Amino acid sequence: MSTATSAPPMIKASGVNKFFGDLHVLKEIDFEVPAGQVVVVLGPSGSGKSTLCRAINRLEPINSGEIQVDGKPLPAEGKALAALRADVGMVFQQFNLFAHKTILDNVTLAPQKVRKVSAGDARKTAMELLERVGIANQAQKYPAQLSGGQQQRAAIARALAMRPKVMLFDEPTSALDPEMVQEVLDTMTSLADEGMTMLVVTHEMGFARRAAHRVVFMSDGEIVEDSTPDDFFTAPKSERAKDFLGKILTH
Amino acid sequence: MFDFLSEYDVLGAFWVTVQLTFFSAIGSLIWGTILAGMRVSPVPLMRGFAASYINLMRNTPLTLIILACSLGLNQTLGMTLAGQNFEQQNYRLAILGFVAYTATFVCESIRSGINTVPVGQAEAARALGLGFTQVLGIVVLPQAFRSVVGPLASVLIALTKNTTIASTIGVAEASLLMSEMIENESDKIFLVFAIFALGFVILTLPTGLLLGWVAKKAAVKR
Repeated sequence: MSTATSAPPMIKASGVNKFFGDLHVLKEIDFEVPAGQVVVVLGPSGSGKSTLCRAINRLEPINSGEIQVDGKPLPAEGKALAALRADVGMVFQQFNLFAHKTILDNVTLAPQKVRKVSAGDARKTAMELLERVGIANQAQKYPAQLSGGQQQRAAIARALAMRPKVMLFDEPTSALDPEMVQEVLDTMTSLADEGMTMLVVTHEMGFARRAAHRVVFMSDGEIVEDSTPDDFFTAPKSERAKDFLGKILTH
Repeated sequence: MFDFLSEYDVLGAFWVTVQLTFFSAIGSLIWGTILAGMRVSPVPLMRGFAASYINLMRNTPLTLIILACSLGLNQTLGMTLAGQNFEQQNYRLAILGFVAYTATFVCESIRSGINTVPVGQAEAARALGLGFTQVLGIVVLPQAFRSVVGPLASVLIALTKNTTIASTIGVAEASLLMSEMIENESDKIFLVFAIFALGFVILTLPTGLLLGWVAKKAAVKR
């Protein structure tokens, strides 16, 4: 586990509040993800964990508070925000691969259009990444022709192609058939082992235990616990965490 | 029975109809796409302009628009479109009017197409660092277009038939010749009607069939 140094945390949220109408979905959130750490966010449905993840690259604007990425506050809409997003990789629950483009084009698109990488270089990097996530042989197919697990691995490759400083995973395995969950988790685990800074919203307790440096437990828009996986799973402090764990770990 | 046809240039008149349709269609597609982009843009002024423009144009009779182009823009305000003579002027003004009108229908079709593209597609593109025009141009519109080839075909067919209104400002397309033939050949009115009806069917039926096939081919698989 990396200890805090003088370098700014990769992600820092302070006093973040977010409302959906009257619903207070994020309540005074304070937390940090230091560079190189894998932080898993757990919590029941509706606890605000996905919203938190999406707020970090401003897919959900927040109402008050501040979010910093790599020491810089999130800019408002515009070029600066686009530049920041380019450095923050995001993987969605529904994969969101561009349906009208091949897997290879999905991966090469942003490096070419945003980073202005040449077509040849983008292609070379893309093929390496697709090789790494194990779907290089699917490069010429369209997303709809792939299984869910393959699509999600392609989506991870697409995010990695931008050489992000940090990766956000918003329930990456929740839309997958059970037999495909493992292949995606394996890809994420190997990414964690390589030292990528990751914020992972998930329901996969096994992944949290194995790959996380820290577990953040959210409930009703608040961060209730922030501890190591060992402490969280063996000795949860709060009643809400005990209740949550009791429901998911008993069967 | 068809001897009288040799006195008229039916093919020539339909050729003008085809040209009117062709240039108006290209123009409407471009202007309609721009309008659609404005309607979904984050800038309130653009959204407001596009919405007002569409509501104004779409709810105005086309005859009025075409007449306004000729009598208003050209004869009263003195606007010219680089034409050599009166005939060419009106031909170009008619295209302007058709583009201004048809683009509103193109825009609304494209906008409904944009609504068929899942929000996640644009979110993923934004998360990768693409700007608004890139998200729209590279990810959203290409998928939107593919889902509205069918509705756009209907707009094109309507446009083809709407070009007959150019006759009100003296453009020598098919329906102007038809009026002339009805006057001169009053004993063959039904034959004249049939010939022109057939002419339009020959233009529009293949358009519909071809674009129906394209719509199937282009559909995005999800």
